[in-house]
Parts: sequence; structure tokens; C-alpha cells
Amino acid sequence: MEWINRVYRFYLDGFKDLPSWGRTLWIIILLKLFIMFAILKLFFFRDTLKNKYSTDEERANHVIEELITH
Amino acid sequence: MFENIDFALVNWSRAQFALTAMFHWLFVPLTLGLGFIIAFMESIYVRTGDPEWKRITKFWMKLFGINFAIGVATGIILEFEFGTNWSNYSWFVGDIFGAPLAIEGIMAFFLESTFIAVMFFGWGKVSKKFHLLATWLTAIGANLSALWILVANAWMQNPVGMKFNPEKARNEMVNFWDVLLSETAVNKFLHTCTSGYVLASVFVVGISAWFLLKKRHLLFAKRSIIIASVFGVISSIMLIASGDGSAREVAKNQPMKFAAMESLYDGQRQAPLIAIGLFGKPHDTPMHSESDQEFLMKIEIPNMLSYMAFLKVDAFVPGIKDLVLGNEAESIMSYKEKILRGYEAQQVLKAFKAAKDKHPEEYDRLKAKFDDKEWVEKYFRYFGYGNYYDPDPNQLELNAFKIVPPISLSFYAFHIMVALGGHFLLLFMVMLWLTIQDKIENKKIVLYTALWTIPLAYVASQAGWVVAEVGRQPWVIQDLMPTMTAVSKIDTSSVMITFGLFTVTFVALAIAEVRIMVKQIKNGPKEGGND
Repeated sequence: MEWINRVYRFYLDGFKDLPSWGRTLWIIILLKLFIMFAILKLFFFRDTLKNKYSTDEERANHVIEELITH
Repeated sequence: MFENIDFALVNWSRAQFALTAMFHWLFVPLTLGLGFIIAFMESIYVRTGDPEWKRITKFWMKLFGINFAIGVATGIILEFEFGTNWSNYSWFVGDIFGAPLAIEGIMAFFLESTFIAVMFFGWGKVSKKFHLLATWLTAIGANLSALWILVANAWMQNPVGMKFNPEKARNEMVNFWDVLLSETAVNKFLHTCTSGYVLASVFVVGISAWFLLKKRHLLFAKRSIIIASVFGVISSIMLIASGDGSAREVAKNQPMKFAAMESLYDGQRQAPLIAIGLFGKPHDTPMHSESDQEFLMKIEIPNMLSYMAFLKVDAFVPGIKDLVLGNEAESIMSYKEKILRGYEAQQVLKAFKAAKDKHPEEYDRLKAKFDDKEWVEKYFRYFGYGNYYDPDPNQLELNAFKIVPPISLSFYAFHIMVALGGHFLLLFMVMLWLTIQDKIENKKIVLYTALWTIPLAYVASQAGWVVAEVGRQPWVIQDLMPTMTAVSKIDTSSVMITFGLFTVTFVALAIAEVRIMVKQIKNGPKEGGND
């Protein structure tokens, strides 16, 4: 357990000692992840086949129909 | 025949994917190369104990961190798009994409996120050697991450090591090593990574040149130039070698892309390589008669294209017309024939699906075709061509001309990439020579050239992406799946909205990156290697 504590302290101290440009970068990273997962993924990027069809067989049938245009 | 295809949706989906991939690709090459440059610098610091090397290492590490932070996770958006906009494609590729991307995810998470923390938080807290190990592992981890993405991309350009399962409508991996070690994957990995090393070398050399122009941090700048120039020269040579390998591989596996890169309409023996070319007025017919009519001017290297493609000066290099119309003398099958074979494969799949639960014997008979290697090689390998079928023979012939990528874009992107690659090698050699001779400070033209080469490195890098991705159109998976059938049937308006959102987000991120980076560059390296 001691090593877990040391790793935790390592990260904690690292974040505490971040220079101002490092803090700015972390704000950008968190903002970016929020936009990606809380807005884009949630509202715009749902899995099309999973949402439309409940079984893999239905999904496969749909894809075959899409693949064969004649 | 294309009445079922919403081309507005296809084009918006393509534009969105191109925007995302090209934005992501702004950050990746610098990460790939700068990681190694930093590792070399820190190795010298650990070996010599000279604090100036620590100062140098920490400065470039800071820029590495900024680039990494802004670019990180932008690639995940591409995976969102696969599931939403490209669901047919995502389903069809099956586990071929899943395995490499899963390995990439795990590898990126454990290697990069663990060791990058040691890189930035570990100064003075862990031993010098452990810190150095973390720096090397971060660089290696980033490159290994790229490997898996490039393996997945290479499979799309040259699908091997898989078998199509008609029941699931998916490709299933049967030989992991064929996928990993295909000539396309190997060449793509080497060429893409070394292009990143060259870009990073240009970046370091260019910024160091700026410090010399400003008469600031002279020792820091000269040492940085030496490391980056040596790395740049070695990487450029590797880039040329891997580019040569890529050209041969493309000539063999994607001959249409190869012909488009050189705008070669009529195939020939002793084919010359166009060193410099400028197109004239575009033709309004699908396939004109003389390739020379295309160019306003061109400078050629005799026999070079034949040698580049097949290592023989008298080898026949097929032109666009040979590939579309076929060339019996050179045993090149026409696209018309490929369309008919692809159509046959699609009809078998259609009949197979119809026979399910109704005609078990027919079902088994048709299923067996997909296990028959001879049938797969003769028909299924042209599966995607079937989408260009038309019962009217005249229309079918015209459709064959649609299976040609944008020629001028492929041509210019290829030639810009190659010309700039030559410029970079020359720049590294000049910078290295002048720095070793201690004459670099007074060579303002050279220093300004180095500084303004930084954006050119990004142009070359993006041009390489265009050659690879535009040059293979109309295929999303070579010969198996055209781009138009890969897209999901979703609202075009939603793709347009996300395209707009991405544009705004990406512009904001790019501005943030440039502003933070420029500020840190202007601040320069801190004395004593402290932040």
C-alpha cells in the first residue's frame, strides 16, 4: 500500500506545482473532454446501428442492404 | 443506379472526416518526432551532467507538452464519426479495426499517460536514469500508438489477412500477422513516422534559428540545431527510403493511385517521372486522349517512374486509361470486367440473404462460395466495384470512369510533398554544416529560411495525408467498399452542424496552441533548467 500512497503523492505534488501554462493546458484539456463527451458524444454522435437495431442480425441485414445498391 | 445514394450526405461526411483527421494530424507528427529529439537531448544531459543540456531538454519538453495537451484526444472524435457517420463501414470492417485500435488505446493509456507524468512531474523526484527511461518510453509509446492506427489504415488501403463472413456481413481477421506485417502497413508506418521526425526536426531547427536571429540563448540554439539537424538528416534519408518502398507498394497494390499521383493517363515502358508539372485547362471529357494535353509545362526525369515503380527502367507503368479500359497486352483487367465480377459477388450475397430460413440447401451452397478461395479471388475481391454496375452497357462503361480519384489534387499533393522533402534535407545539411563551422549566426537568409520552413513542414505533412487518402478514392476499403456505401443514412443537417461545431472548436484549439506556444518560445529556456 505504501507504493500506492507514493504514486498518489507524486501525482498530487505534480499537479500542485504546475506552472501557470500547465494549469492553462489542463483547463483546455478538461474543457475539450467536456465538449467531446458531454456534448458531441451525447447529442450528436450516437452509434447509428446500435440505436436503430436491437440485434446483430438486424444490423447485418441492414448493412447488406446498404452494400448492395442493385 | 446511384439513386439510393445521398451524395450531399456523403460529401459532408467526407468533409467532416477530412477536417477532423487533418486537424488531428497537425499535432501527431510533432509528438512523434519531438519525443525522440527530447530523449536524445536528455540522454546527453544524463551522460555529461552539463546543466545546459537539462535546460535545453526542459524547454523542448515544455513545447512537447503544449502540443500533446492540445492535440490529445482529438483522434477520439474520429472514432465517434466511425460509429455515427460511417456505421456501414464500421460494421463491415468488423474486428480488423477493433483489435489494433484496442491495442492502441491500452498502449497509449499505459505508456504515454504513465510516463508522460514522470517526464513532467518527475524532475528531482525520481533518479536521472529513471526520468530518462520515462522520456524514452513516452517517445516509443507515442510511436507504437501510431503503429496500430497506421496498421488499421493500411488494411483499408490493402485489405489482407481477413475473411468475409456473409452471415454477419463482416470481415473477420484470420491472420493477425498478415494484417500487421503487410507491405502496406510496414511502409506506411515507416514513412509516416519518419515524416513526423522530419517535421519535428524542422520545428526545432526553425525555432532555434529564431533565437539566433534575436541573438538570444545562442548556445542553447546551436546545440538544438545540431541535434535536430542530425536527426533530421537521418530521418530524411529514412523518409526517402520508406517513400521509395511506399511508391513500389502503391504501384503494385493501388495502381490507380500511383497513376493519379503522376497524372499518367497512357501507360508506357520507360515511363518518365514528372519532377515539376503545371496543369492547363481541365478537360471536359471523362478521359481525354493525350496526357500531354493536360500540362502547361512539365520537367521530366527519363525512365524514372518505371524504375521507381518496378526497379526496371523498361517496366510498363499502367496509366489511368489502361486501368479503366483494360490492357490485354499487359494483362490488365478492365474496370468493366471488375464491375461485372463485383456485381456477381453482390448478387450471391443478396441470394444468400434471401435463402436464409427458406432454402437451407441453397443457403449452404451460397455460403460455401465465401469459403472458396478461388471464388473469393475471382469475384469477391472486386465486391465494391459491383456498386458501379448498370444494366445499360453504355452507362456501365461511363460508370467505370467514376472509379478514378481526383487527379490534379493527387498530383499536386504528391509533388509538393516530394519537393518539400528535398528542401528539408538540404536545409538540415546546410544548418548542420554552418553550425559546426560556427558561422550560422551571421547567415540571416538561412536562418529566416529555417524559420519559415516550419509551416512548410506542416504543408508537406498534410499533403502526404492527401496523397494517401484522396489518391485512393473512391474507395474507403480498396476494391471492397466505395465511400458512398460506407456512410450511414443520417440527416445531412446533423453532419453540417457538427462540421460547424468542429470548425469552431478546432480553430479555438489551434489559436490556443499557437498563443501558448509562442508565449513560451518568447520566454525562452529558463536559466538553470528550472520552470
